[in-house]
Amino acid sequence: MSLISCENLSFAYEGVTVLQGVNFKIEQGDYLCILGENGAGKSTLMKGLLGLKKPSGGSVTYGEELQAKEIGYLPQQTPVQKDFPASVFEVVISGCLSGMGRRPFYGREEKERAARMIGLLEITDLRNRCYRDLSGGQQQRVLLARALCATKKVILLDEPVAGLDPLVTINMYKLIERINRKMGITVIMVSHDIQAATIYATRILHLGEDRQLFFGTKEEYRHSAAYHSFMDGGKAVHMWKKAAASESRKPAEEKGGTESRRE
Amino acid sequence: MLSLIAEMFTYPFMVRALCMGVLVALCAAVLGVTLVLKRYSMIGDGLSHVGFGALAIATAMNAAPLVVAVPVVIAASFLLLHLTENSKIKGDAAIALISTGALAVGVMVVSMTTGMNTDVYNYLFGSILSMSQEDVALTGVVSAVVLVLFVVFYHRIFAVTFDETFARATGLNTKLYNTVIALLTALVIVVGMRMMGSLLISSLVVFPAVTSMRICITFRSVMICSAIVSAVCLVAGLVISYLYAAPTGASIVLCNIAAFLIFAAVQKGRERLQSGRKPL
Repeated sequence: MSLISCENLSFAYEGVTVLQGVNFKIEQGDYLCILGENGAGKSTLMKGLLGLKKPSGGSVTYGEELQAKEIGYLPQQTPVQKDFPASVFEVVISGCLSGMGRRPFYGREEKERAARMIGLLEITDLRNRCYRDLSGGQQQRVLLARALCATKKVILLDEPVAGLDPLVTINMYKLIERINRKMGITVIMVSHDIQAATIYATRILHLGEDRQLFFGTKEEYRHSAAYHSFMDGGKAVHMWKKAAASESRKPAEEKGGTESRRE
Repeated sequence: MLSLIAEMFTYPFMVRALCMGVLVALCAAVLGVTLVLKRYSMIGDGLSHVGFGALAIATAMNAAPLVVAVPVVIAASFLLLHLTENSKIKGDAAIALISTGALAVGVMVVSMTTGMNTDVYNYLFGSILSMSQEDVALTGVVSAVVLVLFVVFYHRIFAVTFDETFARATGLNTKLYNTVIALLTALVIVVGMRMMGSLLISSLVVFPAVTSMRICITFRSVMICSAIVSAVCLVAGLVISYLYAAPTGASIVLCNIAAFLIFAAVQKGRERLQSGRKPL
């Protein structure tokens, strides 16, 4: 059974459909990258996976022993956090709260878990520093450590490299790759960065204006019309329509990728 | 001067004011940290105006002031929280609407019944003389409830304050904790209003938190520091108000301003030291 499977999922805000016909499956250990331009419904899908927004149609099914609240989450930073007085340790350990039931205070188990994640992300020397005094990349590591405290299986990342400089971005990607490969944690990442996606991800989900354009493996994606239209940038929609008409969609279909088409 | 202070505490009403004041100051300070960080500072202000309206109506009906004010202010705080979440009307506008609306109702009721007398003045600017034995008992109970609930929910309140989306995504009942915060705030505002006055009570919520954020770098130290600052300022304000026959609420706020300036200066000095050290 798949870890998470979405069937004909759609979302609407106040009756207006913003995303529809989303079909994909995530297996344990996958590294899925959700691509799409602004307004393509990436964040909405994300909220759906986290159980923060109810789908207007279709279903999200979680595999055995996985619940929405067991998904670790790296959200985009909010303005509130920019000047928040809290130590790195306080932020990281707050990720453990979800697994504590009704217990009001942290026990030894939570403290050890937080310390382990801090060590894993190589921020041990920042442990007692104030969150607001850290650089953007360091803050992302702290939030990533918190997300890892909340999960043992799946982690969902919302544009984890937004606003980071190129070197820090590469380090962040390597870190995420290590979490995926070494710890065996399934990664679901929302991103604009198609280059990085085709390097690190194992599977790609590409969302168009309000529907799914592509889902399949990275290799299939490189041959897909969605990929080529995305790479062409501005002329994307035109080009894609042309490409879809002329180019055969065989490569994707033969390998079993499900490519839905925009009429 | 010391003998004057010793003399001050021979008056039972001063001792009462001190005990009650310190309790309220502690509650307001710890809650204030959350409210300030959640950008809800003005909620305290809005609620205190609602409290004034409720007190005015209670006086007009000859009812016990706190018995009327507590439920009304709690209801208002739930309403404000609800409005800030489902923002058809933006949060700050909603607060302004409710607070000025309640103030207007209060003024209307007052002018139609008793007129502007000392009671009304006391509601607006506070008075330690207006507190009865029952008020003290109620304040004690309410403060104890606030402090216990706060300690029990401390880590959850931190999570909800720092990152509500993450908290909700990982399965925390953020609605419940926001409701707890709103409830505690309403309680603190109502019991604090008698002493500080409805125009000044929100300073007790905002000042200590902002002051301690100048120099503290962890959430817990901000909490502890703002509790201490709040209590110290309250005692100092009481003493000053006794020595110079100054209004209590205003004296306490002035002490808070002084504390804020001192902490801000320390922060500036520290920053200068650090930036001076770096080039070496």
